[in-house]
Amino acid sequence: MTPRKTPPGPLDYLNRWPIRTWLTLVFIYLYAPMLTLMAFSFNNDKRNIVWRGFTLDYYVKALQDSDLITAFGNSLTIAAISTLVSVILGTLTALTLWRFRFPGKAALEGALALPIVVPEICMGVAMLVFFTQVVPWPTEIMWPFNLGAIIISHISFSFSFVAIVIRARLASFNRELEEAAKDLGAGEWRIFRDILIPHMRPGLLAGALLAFTLSLDDFVITFFTSGPETTTFPIKVYSMVRFSVTPEVNAASTILIVLTLVLTALALKLQGNDVAREAAGGS
Amino acid sequence: MTPPKTIIRFENVTKRFGKVVAVDDVSLSIEEGEFFALLGPSGCGKTTLLRMLAGFETPTEGRILIDDQDISLTPPNRRPVNMVFQSYAVFPHMSVADNVGYGLKVDGVPAAERDRRVEEALALVKLEGFGPRKPDQMSGGQRQRVALARALVKRPRVLLLDEPLSALDAKLREAMRSELTQLQEKVGITFLMVTHDQDEALAMASRCAVMNRGLLQQVATPGDLYEFPNSRFVADFIGQVNLFEGRLTVDEPDHAMVECPELAAPIFLDHGVTGAREAMVWVALRPEKIELHKRADGAPPPVLEDARPGNNVAAGIIRHIVYLGGASIYEVELEGGRRVKTQRSNLTRRDQEDFTWDEPVWLAWHACSPAVLLS
Repeated sequence: MTPRKTPPGPLDYLNRWPIRTWLTLVFIYLYAPMLTLMAFSFNNDKRNIVWRGFTLDYYVKALQDSDLITAFGNSLTIAAISTLVSVILGTLTALTLWRFRFPGKAALEGALALPIVVPEICMGVAMLVFFTQVVPWPTEIMWPFNLGAIIISHISFSFSFVAIVIRARLASFNRELEEAAKDLGAGEWRIFRDILIPHMRPGLLAGALLAFTLSLDDFVITFFTSGPETTTFPIKVYSMVRFSVTPEVNAASTILIVLTLVLTALALKLQGNDVAREAAGGS
Repeated sequence: MTPPKTIIRFENVTKRFGKVVAVDDVSLSIEEGEFFALLGPSGCGKTTLLRMLAGFETPTEGRILIDDQDISLTPPNRRPVNMVFQSYAVFPHMSVADNVGYGLKVDGVPAAERDRRVEEALALVKLEGFGPRKPDQMSGGQRQRVALARALVKRPRVLLLDEPLSALDAKLREAMRSELTQLQEKVGITFLMVTHDQDEALAMASRCAVMNRGLLQQVATPGDLYEFPNSRFVADFIGQVNLFEGRLTVDEPDHAMVECPELAAPIFLDHGVTGAREAMVWVALRPEKIELHKRADGAPPPVLEDARPGNNVAAGIIRHIVYLGGASIYEVELEGGRRVKTQRSNLTRRDQEDFTWDEPVWLAWHACSPAVLLS
């Protein structure tokens, strides 16, 4: 008697070699370029083509490059402000669309997705035209106000991401919770603070995270709206690369990657707690 | 004893959603300390009536009074009523204690008193020590208790319950029925419950209102609803019933007769019916009020002591048997082809074997059993 071959369970597939090989290939495809970039940030070679030994010199150099630091600071400032504003605007938009019925609601809902589907290059050109011909934004004014044009353009595309994420979150809200709070004596503002915001929290976090990363690594739109005094990190890296790819570029990029990873992990952890609690809650 | 005091009054309340009339000219008084049930099929307007009382809907016409105060336009957060929602609506991000204390916190009750009252309310619903728990660590039944405590802690004039037992499993539902009535007796607050389940209403309520298509059909105690329905709708909605259409041939103060085309013998009643002679009426006969007797060839029909010989009997053949454990339902086909349901308690272990399929039988009923309906 030969033992019959049992069909594998859903999780068993992960233990079979064809799937394992495939997964490995996928991960190599996804992460090999990034790992190479990180590895070569420690390369002791100015041209950075062959490995010549380990060094941290280029990290020191990157951290001493005042232009790079300024650009980095600009990027973080722009990301922080545009995240804050787009979360507020996006939340309000989502709430309006969720809560009220009004003429033109369908049109507004459609228009909300436009910044996501319109090619970035078109948005960039549009912003350029707008900020040179319609509302010329002064660049000689005090920091961070000179970043205004970039911040506004970042808000204009990231707030619709926030609005869509929060709108989706609100769809799962049980209106009886709101009624229960009202029944117990709470007014509108109180309900918003005590019931609605806690429900939206995972959406707010996800939206903020999206807005932040979108702003931090945006190149196309920023390229059209930045001036010589208002470089951001991606623009600066681009200009550095045009001369030569030194390990300094790698080092700066690695710092950015690590920063984004830490922020994402943090946000996911916070959000994960909420999601897990909800999943366990059932209703 | 002081006479019961009216606590809620609906005065000619109508609610329209566009062209749909959800509640149609309802006038209803509910007295203090009652456990009142609004009963009806889905879409009959009972929930709309409840939501108008809670303040989530406003009446299109008419007014609603609580303690003689018109509250038709008072927002929900200023009404002396609290509600237990169908989904319980326990706030998922708050602990049990925070949930129960939420209404007090909103009202600005000082923390020390709040904690004391939350403890009291949790004890009332048998959830002592559950305060620090999160709702997701509790079962459906426990969450319902949280919702109950949260509403009761505010000491409302009226507690509203929207389909309170519909989400529980059968055993728990049974237990919660008696627990809710006990709780109501203990706190002495007027309870107003909405349900589509007639068993639930009969078992729990002290008085019920049956609604259909926005109209109030009958308001009565559970016993009166079952034994003295005022319409075919109520007779049919509450429990099981056999309805016979017939003509009122005799109508004296102390007896009446109804002739039904579907029955060979006339129905004899030991009470008068205030209806026009020769009028079309309907006779409602509950299955458990019809007796089943063996029918041998040539033997005379059984005579029940209060009925005239030859009346209140019908010959038929058992066509279908539904065994329910405690009782069996027999479907008997009469000579004219009409099928009648009768119920027989299985008083001994052998009772279910007394009658079998396709057996000829006599049906017989007492003169006080049929209910005559004019509409």
